[in-house]
Amino acid sequence: MRPAASITTALAVFAAQLRDRPLRLVVSVAAIAVGIALAAAVHLINASALAEFGRATRELSGTADLAVRGTKAGFEESLYVRLASRPGVRVASPVLLREAALVAGGTLPIEGVDPLLAAALRPELYGELAGLYVALLAPDALVLSASAARDLKLVRGDWLSLRVGGLERRLQIVAVLPAEATARRMGLMDISSAQWLTGSVGLLSRIDLRLAPGLDAARYAAELQLPAGVDAMTPALEQARAGNLTRAYRVNLDMLALVALLTGAFLVYATQALAVMRRRRQLALLRALGVRRGELRLAVLVEGAAVGAVGGVLGTALGWLIARLVLSLQGGDLGAGLLQTATTRVATPPLALALFIALGIVVAVAGAWLPARRAAEVAPARALKAGDEEAPAAVRDRLVLASVLLTLGAGCAFVPPLYGLPLGGYASIACLLAGAVLLVPAFVAATLAHLPTPRSPLLALLLARLRNSIAQSAVSLAAIVVSFSLMVAMAIMVHSFRDSFERWLGAVLPADIYLRVSPAADTFDLSTAAAATLAAVPGVARIELRRTTQLSLAPAQPPVMLIARALPRSGDSLPLVGYPVATDPTLPVAFVSEALRDLYGVQPGGVLELPIAGRAVRFGVAGLWRDYARSTGSVVVDLASWERLTGERRYTEASVWLAPRAAAESVRTAIEARLQGGDALQVIAAGALKQRALAAFDRAFAITYALEAVAVGIGLLGVVLAFAVQALARRAEFGMLRHIGLRRGQVLRMLAGEGAFLAAVGVGYGLLVGLLLSVVLVYVVNRQSFHWTLDYIVPVGQLALVALVLVATAALTAGISGRVATSGAVVRAVREDW
Amino acid sequence: MRALGWLLAAWLLAAAASAGYPVVQPGVTVVLPQDSGSHPDFRTEWWYVTGWLSTAAGQPLGFQVTFFRTRPTLARDNPSAFASGQLLIAHAALSDPRRGRLWHDQRIARVGFGLAEAAVGRTDLHLRDWTLAAGDGAFTAKVAAEDFELALTLEPRQPPLLNGRGGYSQKGPAAASASYYYSLPGLAVHGQVVRGGVAEAVTGSAWLDHEWSSAALDAASVGWDWVGLNLDDGGALMAFRIRDAQGAVRWAGGSWRRADGQVQSLAPAAVVFTPGRRWRSPRTGIAYPVEWQLEAAGMSLALTPLFDDQESDSRLSSGAIYWEGAVEARRAGQRVGRGYLELTGYGERLQLR
Repeated sequence: MRPAASITTALAVFAAQLRDRPLRLVVSVAAIAVGIALAAAVHLINASALAEFGRATRELSGTADLAVRGTKAGFEESLYVRLASRPGVRVASPVLLREAALVAGGTLPIEGVDPLLAAALRPELYGELAGLYVALLAPDALVLSASAARDLKLVRGDWLSLRVGGLERRLQIVAVLPAEATARRMGLMDISSAQWLTGSVGLLSRIDLRLAPGLDAARYAAELQLPAGVDAMTPALEQARAGNLTRAYRVNLDMLALVALLTGAFLVYATQALAVMRRRRQLALLRALGVRRGELRLAVLVEGAAVGAVGGVLGTALGWLIARLVLSLQGGDLGAGLLQTATTRVATPPLALALFIALGIVVAVAGAWLPARRAAEVAPARALKAGDEEAPAAVRDRLVLASVLLTLGAGCAFVPPLYGLPLGGYASIACLLAGAVLLVPAFVAATLAHLPTPRSPLLALLLARLRNSIAQSAVSLAAIVVSFSLMVAMAIMVHSFRDSFERWLGAVLPADIYLRVSPAADTFDLSTAAAATLAAVPGVARIELRRTTQLSLAPAQPPVMLIARALPRSGDSLPLVGYPVATDPTLPVAFVSEALRDLYGVQPGGVLELPIAGRAVRFGVAGLWRDYARSTGSVVVDLASWERLTGERRYTEASVWLAPRAAAESVRTAIEARLQGGDALQVIAAGALKQRALAAFDRAFAITYALEAVAVGIGLLGVVLAFAVQALARRAEFGMLRHIGLRRGQVLRMLAGEGAFLAAVGVGYGLLVGLLLSVVLVYVVNRQSFHWTLDYIVPVGQLALVALVLVATAALTAGISGRVATSGAVVRAVREDW
Repeated sequence: MRALGWLLAAWLLAAAASAGYPVVQPGVTVVLPQDSGSHPDFRTEWWYVTGWLSTAAGQPLGFQVTFFRTRPTLARDNPSAFASGQLLIAHAALSDPRRGRLWHDQRIARVGFGLAEAAVGRTDLHLRDWTLAAGDGAFTAKVAAEDFELALTLEPRQPPLLNGRGGYSQKGPAAASASYYYSLPGLAVHGQVVRGGVAEAVTGSAWLDHEWSSAALDAASVGWDWVGLNLDDGGALMAFRIRDAQGAVRWAGGSWRRADGQVQSLAPAAVVFTPGRRWRSPRTGIAYPVEWQLEAAGMSLALTPLFDDQESDSRLSSGAIYWEGAVEARRAGQRVGRGYLELTGYGERLQLR
């Protein structure tokens, strides 16, 4: 037989097999498709949200070379004068960003610009405004973006009422921007009107600069001598900052999606391995007919690649559809609230889509790799006889490889984060998992060896059968071990996180009622006068005021949160990590969050410089505190120090302790009525606040739960498939059993028992592996991604329940597939194969 | 009568009524130097310098530097420093026959913060680093545009010329259609011109117009022709006419100062513009009469441009397209003067937003 002809023959035989067993093909394709779909959907949603965020950033600064930005409160407009008159600056466009509370409820972002200057940087958006220059000079003139107009159901000429510092102001819509100009929901005003209306006269939020041609923007930025808390960055850097903010979260989701895909790969491996095992004799026959080893291997790989290609294409298409659906339903935010954009457009990067299809092929080929080798290794003469076993040498090799992988995995867990990502942690998980899977046959064999031979002949038969088909069982268990162990690890991490979070909430929310000036509104002040009013509300025993504000410590990093509150030098009442340390007594103290320590290298006992009131103020770092609310870093300082440094007596939050026997809800309502902050002021009972925080937490992890469930589902599918394939393959065996007198029910019970036993072994082993992986997740991946520590807690009940469901499902499917396989006539079944 | 100013005024103020602004009154006389500065209460105002230059190699160039101030709103109660209620626009152009078209650039900014200011009481204008200011016996004009620069000193050699009646210059049949308007003809120029990075010393003569008003043009006026000439004999001639939508003359006027200093204000009937050869702009398709026969003050002058393509297209910023360029005046074939000619309203009806 010529080579070309022989491989054609081999492929023809495989094709015949496929026609014969379409279910196997469908399941393999489906497994790959689901895995790819998940990975693609998660990636596309994140990519779309990020692209939208980038668009919004570009829209804000247009073609500016540099964006000079302060924190939310803004900076003095004198900086604008200084920058605008600097040589090298061609255009300096001042911008004021504020949120206004709407009388009808909700808020509207307001952007105050000088239309003439802004138009020079962003003609697509502000070109419209230049023509409205005079109309916009009217102090009550407002331009709405298309989405804001749609949302508020307003057209040109309509009026919109805002609440500003307790007063209502009516603005007239002088124009609605075309939808192409911006997708953001916002209102535009002349900067003079915006300053006046929002009580921000003299303040700016940002200045966009266009520089003379040939100037290096980054170098120019360094020479600007900006006041503390104000930084200048290029639009590219600004976008990178948003990327940094969400990268850890996005990579975690991507990894989780890849887990589903990995499980899919194991399913391909399992089905292919079983098929090869089942077809040993056909393969041997082919070899005897002159088909070479390489050709046989190629044939198995081609089959795998075909499955991967079909699954990849279907999966990518499905993933795109899922992404579109998710984006249209809930926007580009996958729950973490980090990228709040109004995107409905799915980014469709052709390269990424092609990569996902390729990934499907790679995964399927990888899954088919070992089975292909095994197919090629078939020795014709031996395989044509019955009762072939795996060579001891291969087993030893496998043990060596497994121990190498496990050692490597343990080592990777100690690698520090790379590019701010826990890459070592992920590598560790991959190595540990691969090593653990290689040990599955050894584990099954050891378990079986330790079981005593039971009295019941049926059980004895079952055990004997299992002991003699360890290789087959191990293969079908691989998928369940992979998916279940990852599920266990994720469940432990999320549970530990949630539990720690809940306890942390208790620690940071000790009071009964909380007041917060909405971060979205700049139009209400919790002033000293308002605080006095608050303290005088009947039923209020004690109040504590806070001031939170954003500080920018490094241009490339997202801003950190500064919390000024009554704080003893010991840090009492803060959820501290470790103990407070002594600091220079001449410096005010600060407690930094774990994230701040990791991101800026600030250690307890050291000194931290904070840009406050336009100058750098030194603080002694007295300790670390745990802050689950801000993964970009936060610092707590004493309110008295803050007031002394800034001279400000304005607060953003207040905690209220109730007098004995005062009813929280009635006091809460009384506070709302007395302070009249409208939508700008949130007054909320501690219980409701905790509930709300936990709900937000669960929402953030909803996608995680969904991805986990899918991974377990795919694992279960693998088990079902393995049993179905085995049951069909063992038709002759069942016929034999019936021949020697077993009733059909007994055969089925034996099969169900086999299924339950194997599943139990797989689940038990998966649990062990999962515990190991969870340690890496909690102490390495989580720690490096979000910079905070968790208390390790195992959700025993939840895991037990899932384990039980898995075992029961395995038993049930084994029984069902047995029923199908034993339905034929006994004699025919025996004849068929013997 | 200056194009950029009027077009911008029309564009910016199309919707606004003039009620509430000061009105130009006949009988009020322009007083210098007090009136050489800004009149911030009036709605519009401009300082317009045009002239001929000659490089060391003898190459002729035309130039134009304009500062235009407008007060688009009467509102004054906003405490924001951005709410000055005044806008400053600067425009500069260089007519370079070797290039065959204009170099030009413009800036626009709200007045305030010391970044864009028009001083009261003396000519002192700046918009960032573009300036036009009266100094010690001379004006300085400095403009650094994207691809050319002008740094010129302009010395007055003649007394100011108050147009109309003591500076009250009527622009239409109604007495309220008017502006306060004086000119400084015969300015001696020296300085430097940079084109494409190459600096050259230049000398020449120029003409400065300063005009302010709140409502000069009436609704029926859609286009105009204006010319200002420094006559070789030391005299100066300014003439304008205003056209309606049909192209008929709605008003005309001018001033003629003889070499001996005697000034004659020209009545509408004393000024006749007769269009000659037309040039069609390849960019906008608009045909401008770039050559003219002008009958004014008993003189018959043929006006010919330094070169044809002196069209200004500032649609991107102001929406205005017009022709403004250096011209020579000939009488019986002999050159008698040089100056600037301005032609507006020759396109389709202006798209005023």
